Amino acid sequence: MSTTTSTPAARKPASPRFRERVNNLPKAVKILLWVLFAIFLFLLPLLNIPFITTEGSDFGGVLFTVATYVLVALGLNIVVGYAGLLDLGYVGFYAIGAYTIGVLTSEHAHMAWVVVVPIAIVIAMISGIILGAPTLRVRGDYLAIVTLGFGEIVRLTLVNSEWLGGAQGISDIPKPPSFELFEVPSIDWSSGAPVVDLDTTSTFLKFGINDFVPYYWLALGVISLVLLFDILVKSSRVGRAWEATREDEDAAELMGVPTFRFKLLAFALGAAIGGLSGALFATKAGFISPDSFQLLLSILFLAAVVVGGAGNRWGVIVGAIVVSYFPERFREFADFRVLVFGLALMLLAIFRPQGLLPPRRTVRAKRADERQAVLEEGDAHV
Amino acid sequence: MSDPTPPTTGDEPAVERTLADPAEEVTEINPDVDIAPEDIGVPVVSEGERLLEVDEVTLRFGGVVALNEVSFHINKGEILGLIGPNGAGKTTCFNVMTGVYQPTSGGVRYLGKPLGKRKKFQITKLGIARTFQNIRLFANMTALENVLVGVDAHHSTGVVSAMFRLPKHRREEAQGYARAIELLTFMGLDGKADELARNLPYGDQRRLEIARALATSPQLLCLDEPAAGFNPAEKAKLMELIRTIRDQGYTVLLIEHDMKLVMGVTDRIVVLEFGRKIAEGSPAEIRDNPAVIAAYLGVDEEDAS
Repeated sequence: MSTTTSTPAARKPASPRFRERVNNLPKAVKILLWVLFAIFLFLLPLLNIPFITTEGSDFGGVLFTVATYVLVALGLNIVVGYAGLLDLGYVGFYAIGAYTIGVLTSEHAHMAWVVVVPIAIVIAMISGIILGAPTLRVRGDYLAIVTLGFGEIVRLTLVNSEWLGGAQGISDIPKPPSFELFEVPSIDWSSGAPVVDLDTTSTFLKFGINDFVPYYWLALGVISLVLLFDILVKSSRVGRAWEATREDEDAAELMGVPTFRFKLLAFALGAAIGGLSGALFATKAGFISPDSFQLLLSILFLAAVVVGGAGNRWGVIVGAIVVSYFPERFREFADFRVLVFGLALMLLAIFRPQGLLPPRRTVRAKRADERQAVLEEGDAHV
Repeated sequence: MSDPTPPTTGDEPAVERTLADPAEEVTEINPDVDIAPEDIGVPVVSEGERLLEVDEVTLRFGGVVALNEVSFHINKGEILGLIGPNGAGKTTCFNVMTGVYQPTSGGVRYLGKPLGKRKKFQITKLGIARTFQNIRLFANMTALENVLVGVDAHHSTGVVSAMFRLPKHRREEAQGYARAIELLTFMGLDGKADELARNLPYGDQRRLEIARALATSPQLLCLDEPAAGFNPAEKAKLMELIRTIRDQGYTVLLIEHDMKLVMGVTDRIVVLEFGRKIAEGSPAEIRDNPAVIAAYLGVDEEDAS
């Protein structure tokens, strides 16, 4: 490997990308790294790492919020990043998922949580199909406007429907069943060095009202499953059909891709993941009202995807973390956060228009362009 | 990371090669590779039979008559040239045949059956594939992926098969990959399978479009000015390629401006002008047809009458 690439490497500075370096590691090392990373994520709320941990608000709760954003971003990435459909009303599906939980476990029935969550996913998916079937025939800007309307229609319906709790919302949403398996101690940094604190512990999967860490663990598990689903589906005929549709819808259709069907599929899957995320949100919050599902949230979700790099699942995860974590971490700056957030978005638009972690193909295209430039420059000097 | 096509993940070597030797852009095709249409439900017709009939097709856009009672047919196994001056309706004719436009009156029959109001992707599945006058590749997908999308036209893997990696998914991925590599090799693009379509040189992009169209296993391959922007040497090579494609069992409908080339490669020619068919026949007949000469060279008012 090193011998074959040595000649071209001499031309350009040898700076192996992070991804390549990771890819070149032996498989066992890679698996070990993944396991370590998973353990780190699992323990993160209990490590109480200075500076990273939020001071003002409960870190477990913050991490849970971040996790729901990550989930939403993964779902929206299927719609916006893969299939190229601009959806400005994604909060609608989030709300539908949350309200399904509220209605079926508290407001009108008392069904078991494990039963209701799949129902919430299915109802969100059906609502995605109902919205998509007529609207996916329009493209681009028109689709954005229609979905924007959808998000608002859902919210206004919630406000005005007494059956759904009206503006008061739904409260007393029950906790999921607990399986108390083991306790995980936390780390105390008050003495300056990390000390294991056996008094402050979180019980693995005890869903209480004081300790939000188990909810974070639940969300982490759900994210892993959704991520696996994303990877498997994207690297198949389905993923290729989505990308072809995004690149050139007419050409895709003429190459035998039933584009409408695949757009609807993307919409339905995105809606299902949005609904799942909303269901988790309602479970942890215990109380939901139409105010929780403002238009601003749709914009934030979209910002997470665009900031991270639409089309790259790892990018949108980073984007979701940026969009949801930093406002919590810098809570003490109050409204200035919004100003900084706006500035950061502008800077990003100027310097990294493809997002923090653009899709690999974009990176490759850019590198090819650079090489082209080098070649042309070389010719000019000769 | 979970690319189903392990042998292609290392994209660097192909990239480095273009860096090392830009002259290698001149791609040689491999006419020996067997790319005969696959037996996947696309009906097979015997030689000489009528594959497609355009029957009195009229297409109006408001007051503009783009096609005016155009009729011709394509025999199985021939190369039919569709020529005419700019704006004669050649591409419009393609669009009617591939379902982009519905004719105002008249219709297209494929293997004796009317295409009717079939959707574009359904017509592709029936066995009519096309390329575009202005290249319309999936720019941000690799050459291999572009061709795979074409192969996928006859696949049916859905979310469930993909999610659980069911045997259908694995079988179709393996078959599609093999077929795609075969086509890329035939077109001389196998070394560039992992290049993004937008990064390919112009000629390769044109060839990739043909590969993608062939990937849908068509009976009828419609090429819309495939030699546009080529120099004479490249054009000659392309015509050779088209003949090879025909010899492997495809029927070809070719739109081309360059009269000399069309004369050299086609079996029959249909000439359109202002949306009407003005001539049809063998290249020799077309060459001497006064109406065609008039359409291409123009005639004085007095001579015309």
